[in-house]
Formats: sequence, structure tokens, C-alpha cells
Amino acid sequence: MMKFRFRRQGNDPQREKIKQELFAFNKTVEHGFPHQPCALAFDPQLQLMAVGTKSGAMKIYGSPGVEFTGLHRDAAAVAQIHFLQGQVRLLGHFLDIHVCVCYNVCDVVSSASRVTVLLLLRSCDLLCVGTEGGGIHFLDLPRLSLRDNQSLLLDQVMQSVPEDYRCGKSLGPVESLQEHPKQPGKILIGYSRGLVVLWDLSTCNAEHMFLGKQQLESLVWERSGSSFVSSHSDGGYSVWAVASGNTYTHQPVSSSIPYGPFPCKAINKILWRTIQSGGGMPRASYGDRHCVTIQQDKQHVTLDFTSRVIDFFTVHTTDLEHDYDDPKALVVLLEEELVVIDLLTTGWPSVPPPYLAPLHSSAITTSCHLDNVPAKLWDRLAAAGNSQGAQPGVRHAHGSWPICGGKNLAPPPRQQELLLTGHEDGTVRFWNVSAVAMTPLYKLSTANVFHTDCDPNDDPLDPTNDPEALQEEEWPPFRKVGCFDPYSDDPRLGIQKISLCKYSCRLVVAGTAGQVIVLGLSDEWSDHTVDVSTVDLLQDREGFTWKGHDRLEPRASPAPFPPGFQPLVLVQALPPASVTSVMLHAEWNLVAFGTSHGFGLFDYHRRTAVLARCTLHPNDSLAMEGPLSRVKSLKKSLRQSFRRIRKSRVSGKKRPIPTPTSKIQEANAALADQEEVAPVQRRIEPRSADDSLSGVVRCLCFADTYLRDGTHHGPTLWAGTNSGSVYAYALEVPGVGSGRGRPGGEGSGCVEAVLGKEIQLMHRAPVVSVCVLDGRGKPLPEPYQASLDLATAPDMTNPHSVLIASEEQLKVFSLPKVGAKTKFKLTAHEGCRVRRVAMVTVCSTAQEDYSETSLVCLTNLGDLHLFNVPALRPQVRYDCIRKEDISGIASCVFTRNGQGFYLISPSEYQRFSLSAKVITEPLCTVELERPLETHIRSLHTNTSGDTHQQGVIMSGSPEKERMRELERAHLNSHRTPNRTGEVLQI
Amino acid sequence: CFYVIRNPERNSLFEAEYRRFALKMSGTCGFQEFYRLLQTVHHIPGVEVLLGYADIQGDLLPINNDDNFYKALSSANPLLRIIIQKRDVDEPVVFATNSLQRRKKGLAGLRPAQQKAKPGLMIGLPQDFRQISSIIDVDILPETHRRVRLHKHGTHKPLGFYIRDGVSMRVTPQGVEKVPGVFISRLVRGGLAESTGLLGVNDEILEVNGIDVAGKSLDQVTDMMVANSHNLIVTVKPANQRNNVVPRASRVSAGGNSSSGSIGSAFSHDSAPSTASQSVSHHSNSNSVAEGDSDEDGDGDLIIETDSLPPYLPHRCVSNGNGSHRESPLSSSLGQRPLPQSMSLSMTTPTHNGSPTKTSSSQESMREDGNIITL
Repeated sequence: MMKFRFRRQGNDPQREKIKQELFAFNKTVEHGFPHQPCALAFDPQLQLMAVGTKSGAMKIYGSPGVEFTGLHRDAAAVAQIHFLQGQVRLLGHFLDIHVCVCYNVCDVVSSASRVTVLLLLRSCDLLCVGTEGGGIHFLDLPRLSLRDNQSLLLDQVMQSVPEDYRCGKSLGPVESLQEHPKQPGKILIGYSRGLVVLWDLSTCNAEHMFLGKQQLESLVWERSGSSFVSSHSDGGYSVWAVASGNTYTHQPVSSSIPYGPFPCKAINKILWRTIQSGGGMPRASYGDRHCVTIQQDKQHVTLDFTSRVIDFFTVHTTDLEHDYDDPKALVVLLEEELVVIDLLTTGWPSVPPPYLAPLHSSAITTSCHLDNVPAKLWDRLAAAGNSQGAQPGVRHAHGSWPICGGKNLAPPPRQQELLLTGHEDGTVRFWNVSAVAMTPLYKLSTANVFHTDCDPNDDPLDPTNDPEALQEEEWPPFRKVGCFDPYSDDPRLGIQKISLCKYSCRLVVAGTAGQVIVLGLSDEWSDHTVDVSTVDLLQDREGFTWKGHDRLEPRASPAPFPPGFQPLVLVQALPPASVTSVMLHAEWNLVAFGTSHGFGLFDYHRRTAVLARCTLHPNDSLAMEGPLSRVKSLKKSLRQSFRRIRKSRVSGKKRPIPTPTSKIQEANAALADQEEVAPVQRRIEPRSADDSLSGVVRCLCFADTYLRDGTHHGPTLWAGTNSGSVYAYALEVPGVGSGRGRPGGEGSGCVEAVLGKEIQLMHRAPVVSVCVLDGRGKPLPEPYQASLDLATAPDMTNPHSVLIASEEQLKVFSLPKVGAKTKFKLTAHEGCRVRRVAMVTVCSTAQEDYSETSLVCLTNLGDLHLFNVPALRPQVRYDCIRKEDISGIASCVFTRNGQGFYLISPSEYQRFSLSAKVITEPLCTVELERPLETHIRSLHTNTSGDTHQQGVIMSGSPEKERMRELERAHLNSHRTPNRTGEVLQI
Repeated sequence: CFYVIRNPERNSLFEAEYRRFALKMSGTCGFQEFYRLLQTVHHIPGVEVLLGYADIQGDLLPINNDDNFYKALSSANPLLRIIIQKRDVDEPVVFATNSLQRRKKGLAGLRPAQQKAKPGLMIGLPQDFRQISSIIDVDILPETHRRVRLHKHGTHKPLGFYIRDGVSMRVTPQGVEKVPGVFISRLVRGGLAESTGLLGVNDEILEVNGIDVAGKSLDQVTDMMVANSHNLIVTVKPANQRNNVVPRASRVSAGGNSSSGSIGSAFSHDSAPSTASQSVSHHSNSNSVAEGDSDEDGDGDLIIETDSLPPYLPHRCVSNGNGSHRESPLSSSLGQRPLPQSMSLSMTTPTHNGSPTKTSSSQESMREDGNIITL
């Protein structure tokens, strides 16, 4: 009935065309580290690396900027990935092929014998499938058709096994399949019980048998094919010589348990690479750590990781003529990060990866995006970041990334973009998100502003400082590698809100214990004490006792602060509740912050508090119980249900003849009613004023606008709360317009704040955002933008207006007299609630200079609505995030040019674009020598149609659990007469 | 404690007289005494008058017995607006929900002559009358459906119902289909929904304030209802189809608008659908749409201007923090208020009070009052 309102607008063909030129929704690129990776593959010819995840995503990486992503339709876990070497056909029908493999294998192999290993021959025309039952099946590629009658069953093998070895027991599952490095068509088959068979595919004949007795884990060929290494579940490994002549070998050439003699865990994977110098062999170890050992000659390092090892490979020469492998780098995929060790540089330093950044090295708590970052700030940040990276054990800048397949065709970014992430451990990380590859730029830690239990100064320095000394002292020679560290020293350090002024290089970070830190950028080390102020937000409100955590104790002594952002002032809100909103106005030297109790305004130039305002509702007792927690919401719901019971009892009393028995019956009935409440029921009641947490300050906004009257504008501060209240303060900032903050501005008087208006939204929904619009209906420019001539000056001649977005409605009010002008009742019409709003400016693809400012709303259903301002007419709507993905919706952040980021897992940001023009997506090629298809382009492929030019063979069976059991690995080296081998093993 | 009582007195159709006086709270006794007091104050002894007061929701409610007199006093905070009207047989006062607001918002234009027209039957003097619900749009809806309007603001009762997911049967060209639907799952005892008798358990909800709920999740429908909770219009398909309202052709007159806008069910009196069917309204489609649109929250947001805000001071002048100058939007706000012809209200400015904390106390009483309030 009321829909006629919507039909009235729109459908104007002219307008529709403009909309098409402005808006388009694309999910462009995924930044960060894939969640729950479970498979790794490498194509040495093309220099491409593939990572598969439990959710069925496949990601292919080459040189920086070369990224391909595919998602398996069935979202089944990827158990194994194999490249068809040299053919980019790989990705080709990757989606389909994967499915096929699963199905075909299931057909071939009865359900009793599940797939354990796969071997893809170098010729890429045959896939060997080893099963739990010990059989091996052969599939033709690329069609994956079963070669009938060629399956190698256990019986055939058993026939050739000498009598005394059989002893009635089965050989066990196939544990390893390896192709002979020099003679195609010969494969090495390892069975769990220890038997290793060299099988000739052309003659279907067992050429050689190695009668091992140890339970087998893994096999690897030496490069020449004259020997191989087997690793075992007891933590030992054996070298076997492949001598022609006799068919049976009973004993290995050598065998050792590197971390023995005590019982060791299994070596789950072993690699052996020869290099020209030295000789080596690998070994296993023990403990509950996640380790990989590298050993060469006397050099022996046990890489100690913070998360589980998934798989590893080496980057080495593929030239068959070459006598040695010459490994360049070791790439280890861990559950939470990717670590690359440079094997060419002495000391084996790690190389920072240009992609797959572990965003979540500590949990992400907030984020903030800046576009058009000035070169000055960018360079200083990069310099500060470089000086941070100069730690021992981490190689920087020089030296190239070992995985260099493909070519990045994306043009250099038009502007520098920064994404700031705040973390649970009190750090703020600055990421370069100008292009497809998200790379770390700089890391700021705020922990050293405070005195914490584990003061970094008292900390024994990390062992990487002196690896060699440690190596001599300790056995095994552990070396900590990687940066994933999910443990926070103190949860109060967590960063909740960030605000950065890119022109003045002022940064404000606010955290869980009510701390608000103002920082300035400096290029030099500095030792100073940080000024501390406290602002009591409760003021004279009586009857409230804070039961939550204490405030953080500021450090009393001067602390050394490295180049980068250094703290200037620390403001602590009391009670020390988590900061829920923060806003910086660097031009006025003001910072406003809000918590669940109220908001404050601080002048960091004069270091004085200007204003403290309590927003608590008198009935709101829950706000005092500390940080938001599950316990609390449980408490709340319990309390409410008791209240409801009590209410119904009371209403029962009012009934005509309240006899004692009827009262009891009534109470019982009320209780029974409560119990009947099925989970799918929803109560329909208006929001009431005394809902708890009504005082939470949700948004803050500075604006130079008309609040007092229509002729004189001035600085104002706006604050919106959870209960639909908006407070507008007129600020008296001395010298605004005449350059306060410059030396001459000193002593020019204090900032004053006077309450100008109070708006109570009738529907009492939380205020999500407040934004002042100028006379043309455009948002006011950021601080300094107008005074530095970086943006068109706001229109101060026509009346201003203020846009207040609550969870339920968008509304524009005129200023200075706050009268409703336009509104859009999103919840009443669509049944969704506003979660995030932002003003974005979208450029047209057709006309270079045409752009529109829109309001973008992300709702609790995960869809995006765009409205024009100030008319608030709906423009377009897109589905963006699944509505069940609450953390994704909560983490969403928009850029001013119409892009956005949200977390699709704790470690990955999905980047998307609302603009038809500004799209950041991978654009890259991989050159092929295959005659037919020479080229592939990166496509964003959630549809199989897009991927058909690319190819990967990947296959696997979800049941395969073996890899997941890997706990640790070691590598060891031993000397052989004239060449060196390295073996890596998990 | 003194209460200021504003007191416009209607002498004739076009003249009005305003009085303001203080009344000692402890000194009040009963309605009759108050009635006599008013007659004395206005020097109209012996003249039969009707008393009404504006409650916090902006409704004009009668004062004619002790109960509603005390109720009126208790809602005076700090001002009580009392409207006195000569008892006139030709033109009885219409006490109704939103009676003040409708005029204020000019909605009378959409319902021509509703207020001035003869109100049809008037059954005695209403004791404490406020509309809390109505059945609307009977003539445009299928008989099997019912469109119910709940006025939350007239009462302190909770809306008092729960909704759930369910399966609904729809007749389509392909035959009967099962489709997901939203149903009322429970009525809270003593709640508004229950007391109207217009909604029942297992009624299927088809529309919320004119928006079709088909394809919407339970949470979406919940949010829509909560967002509209102050003026909720739900279209339901009652589970019990025996009490359906049947439009009566005989009542269709040429004007079609002379009847009162809706069927009211009196506060605390169950008006069962059967009684409601006695007087069925006839709205044109656009009328009901306008009604749905005319949500009060448009101007319902309360805006408090603080006069402690100093006027613009020349550059670099530091304000004294609590300026004594004060703008006076009073006149303009008064001017914006379209007053009913038969009544006039005065707006009194309380004594100057610069502290913002005081504003919250008076905002209660002024909530629905106007666009801008100056304190």
C-alpha cells in the first residue's frame, strides 16, 4: 500500500543510465591469509604456488600481484593439490576436475579403501591413486578416466614378495608414491608396513623391492635416482641405494634417528635436495612444538613455529641437466602464516612474503581506512616500518621473492591507500592496500605507554637476537620463526577505535580500558614521559559503582619510543570502560571520545579536558558492570525474564477476585507461558527508555557549521547514543581560522563547549552516525582539506543540514533550527537495521568529472543500500555479506571512493567495490609454452565459466587425515661422499 | 508544590481567554470543587462547561469525574493545559486520540470536514475515553482479512504479542501451495493486543504498515513492527474467520467521508469485532495510505534548544559560559501550530532556566507538544 512512494521515483531511463555508470558491485580481491589452509602445491616450472583450504577455496600465487582465486562449489576441504607442471591448464577445469576426481576415485575404489596419496606423473597424462587398502589405480588425464584392468592390487605385489617377509600380514595402506627422477614410468611405492617397491609401469613389473621393517611415513628420491630416503614413524630415516641387479634389498645403506635415542615423533614428510656444497641428511625430533629442521653440513636449524605445519616445499632448479637441486628457498605453509626461508643466504634468514600477510597475528579488533595518503606521510611511515624490520633473522628489501611466476599487469595505483587495523594486543598495524597485494607498512605498539606485567624492558630479548649463541647452547637448536602470536598480554590493551589525520600526522587510538592516546609522527628515537590526564565521565552522578576492570597504569618513567608514531598525551576515561567512539580534529587540536557512560572532549594542545558529559540513563545499572560480555547478556536476559514474570504476577493481582489459589495458578500459568516461548518467537514491543546500555556513545562528529543561528557558523561537536539521543555542542575554539596550533596560537585562551541542542529521536534507536552537510548537501571536508586547498571549500552561504542515521531511520534535519527535512525509514520498509553507514563519492565511468556523493548503509542482513543525499532516495541495493556472518558485518569499513573491506575469516579481508569506476582487482598473466593457450588472465572466479582457461589439477579426498596429524618436523643433514643432500621432513 | 494551570476559556466561537494560575497540589480535593474553582476564576458561575485537558501524548481528554481529574493532575508536569468549553448541544467536543495532533498536522484536510461534521451518534459522556485500536480499510480488503491499527501511545500497556514462523496455505493457479508465513504466536495477558480483541493467536500477518511481509524473515518482520510500534497497522488473516467484518453497502454514501475514521474500541472495554461492525468506515484507498503514512514520529523527535548557548560572539571573544541572552523562537513555534478553531491554547514560557539538566524534567510533559521548545 505504501509502496507507491517508491514507485514514484526511479524508472527514469536517464537516471537509470547514470546509476549504471556510477554504481556496480564487485567483490574484487581477498587480502590476508587464507583461513584453515590444508594443502600446498608448487609448480617449479611456472613458479606458481597453490594453497587449498578446508572451505574449498583454491588460491594461486606467483610474483607479487599475481593472484588467482577459485572456490570449490561444494565447499569441500581441499586435501591435496597437484600442479600439472608447466601447463596452466591446471586451473583449467579445476572446479570440475576436483569434483571428477572425487567421484571417479569413489567409483574406482570401494568405500572401504579410501584414497591416501596421489601421484601425478611428470608427463601429466597419468594420475596414480594410492588407497588405504593398498591398491593403486591409474587414471588418464585430463579426462580422469580409469585405466581398466591396470590397477595394481595388493595381491600382485604380494606375489613377488619373498615368503619370509609376508608373515601373513597385509602391507597396509599406500603411504607414498614417488616417480623416478630420471626414468619416467617408474614409480616408487611405499606401504605403511615398510615395504617399498620400485614399479615399472610400462612392463607392469616390480623391478626392485626394499624390504623395510619400520613403519613408513614418507619417501623422497635423491636427484640422480640412485638412492632414496624413507622416513619413519619412530622419528628415524633411512637411505636406500637403488642398485641394479638384485631384486631385493633388505637393509638400508644407512639409518639414523637424529633426535634420538629417546622415542621421537614421526617424521611425516621428508625432502632431500642436493646442493653443490656439503652433504646432508635430515632428521626428526620430539616435543609438542611445530618444527621443521634444516640441516646442511654442520649447519642445523630447527625452525620452531607458532602454529601447525601444513606442508612445505623447496624452490630449486628444475633443469634436468643440472647435477644438483640447488634449493633457493624453503617455503613452509603453517596453519596461520606462510614462512619463507632463504637458503642461499648464510644464517637462513626468513623473507617477508609480499602476500598472504598474517593479518590476525593478534586478533583484529577494529579497522580504519585512509585514501589519498600524502606522499610525505607515506614515506615517513615506510621509513619507520623499514627500521622496525631491521631485525636479525629477517631479511629485508634486498633479495628477491623466490616465487616469481606470472606477470602483474595492473597499472601502478593511482593513489596510496592505508588500512589501519587495531589488534587485541594493543598494536596498530598499517597496511598498504593501494594494490592487490596487501603488505605491511608499519606496526605501532601502544603497550609501552603503560606499565604492564610483562614490561618489554624487563623481557628477555627474543632469541633471534643471537641465534648462533643459542644454537651452541641448546639442542635441538630451536629458532622462533613467524609472527603469529594470538596471545595478548593484557586484554585491556586492545585497540577499539582509531582516528588518523593524514595531513597533520596526528593519530588517536583508543582502547578497551578507556585509554585514548594521541600520537605524533617522529623520525627519531625519543625518550620521554607521556602526559596523562583523566576525564571522569560520571561527573557527579551518584549511585554508580564500576565493577569492571581497572584502568591501565601509565608508565611512570620515560620510555624509549622508536621512530614512527610516538605518544604525546594519554587521556584515560573514568570509569575505564571500553571506548566506543573516537574522533580527532587536528586543526582544532581536539579529540572527542565516548564510552558506555558518556563522552569527553580533550584539548591536546593545552592538555586540558574541555568537556565531560554523562549519557547514562538513571535506570541503566548494567552499564556499570564492566565490559560487554556474554555473561552480561545472559544476566540481562535472565533479569528480563524474571521481570516479565514479576510483571505478569502483578497484572494477575489486578484481576477481579484475587484468591490465594488463583494467584498461585496465575503465577504458574505465567511461568508455563515463559517456558512455552519457543526459540522462534519474537516479542513485539517498542524500545523503552530504560533499556540497558542506552548511554553508549555510538558516534562523534566535528563540524564547522551553523548551530547558534543561521548567520554565524563555528566549530561544533555532535554525539549520538544508543538510545537515540544526539547532543550538539557549540565550541569556542580560540583562533579558528587564524591558524591555531602554530606558534603564535599559544596562550590564546581555552576551548569552551556549550550545549546547543539535544535531539531525542522518537524511535529511540541507536544513532549510528551523524554527518553535517553543507549548503550544497555535500559532507563537510575533513580537517585541513579546506584550509590547505585540497578540497573544494564547503558551501557556507546556503543553510546547512545534519544527517542523523539511526539503526532504523535515516533523517536529514535543517540547521540551525533542527527541523526534519527528509527521512527514510529503512526498518519500517525493509525490515532491516542499519549497522554501518558512510558517505562515499562515486565517479562516473562515462564522464570523467561527474561524481555523486551517496550514503551507503550496510544492514544487519548484510546488504548494502545506497541513497542520494540529502534527498535520501534509494538508489541501488546489493547483497554483500551473508546475514549470518555477524563478524563480517561488524568488521566492514568503507573507503571514501566507494570500496570497502570486511573480514571473511579472522585472517582475511574481502575487498569489494560499489563504484563502477574504482575497482582494485588482480590483473595478471601467466605465460605458457603450450601452443594452444598462451595466456591466462586473472579472473575473479566464483563462477566456473570464468576459469576455464586456467588449469590446475587438484584432487583429493576429504577423508585423508594424515597431513593433519603432522606436529613437528626436523631436518638433519649427513654427509655423503661428494654431494650434499638436504632432506626436509615434517 | 505549585502547579501552573493554563486555562483558556472559550467565551464564544471566535474569542478565547487565557488564564494561568497556580494550584496547590495538596489543596486539591475533587472534581466538583475544581469545577467550582474554575467557574469562580473565570467569573462564569452557573455556565455549563465541558472540561478537557491535553495529556502528554497531546490527546484532548475529558475531565468530568474525580478519577480523570486526578489523572489529569498527575500528568501535569509542571503545566496542565485545560480547555474549557461551553456545553453546546450543537457542537459537542470530540475527545479522541490524536485529536489535537491531527489538527496540528493538518490531516483534517485529508479527511474533509471530519472534525466539523456532526459526529453522528454520541453515546453518553465518555468516562475516560481514548482510542487504542481500530479496524480500518474494511471496504478495500477482502473479507477474510482484517487491518488493525494499534495506538501504543494511548496507553501504558505493553503491545503484548509475539510472532513466530509458520506455514501458510495459498491458493495459486497451480493449486494449493504451502508458503512460509508469519503468525501471532502468543498474546500477553493484559496487553494491548489482547485487550482489543482484534488480534488472536495463529492469525497470519500479511502486512505491516502497508508493507507486504511475504519473503521476509521473522527477524525482519519483528524489526518492522518494532519500528512502527507507536502506530502499528497490521493486516492479518484471522485464524477465526467467523467474526469478519462485512462492509455494509447501505452505509456507502456519496461523500463517503462523513463517518468517523475508524472503529474505536474503548480503553479497557473490549470491543469485540461484532460490536465494531456496527459502524463501519469507508475510506478511499488514498485515505488509508495517508493514515499509514502519517506517523507521528516525523515531528516526534524531541529537540531541545538550550538557551545557555551564547549568541554569536565576535571573533576570539570568550563566552561567559552561561549567556543571559536568549533567542526567542517561541513566537515562531506558536505560529507554526495550526490551532483548532474552537479552541485556543496558550504556550507559557516557564521562568528562565539555563541549566541543561532541568530540560530533561520538562521534556516529559512536552514530548508531543511541538516542534521546538524553548526553555
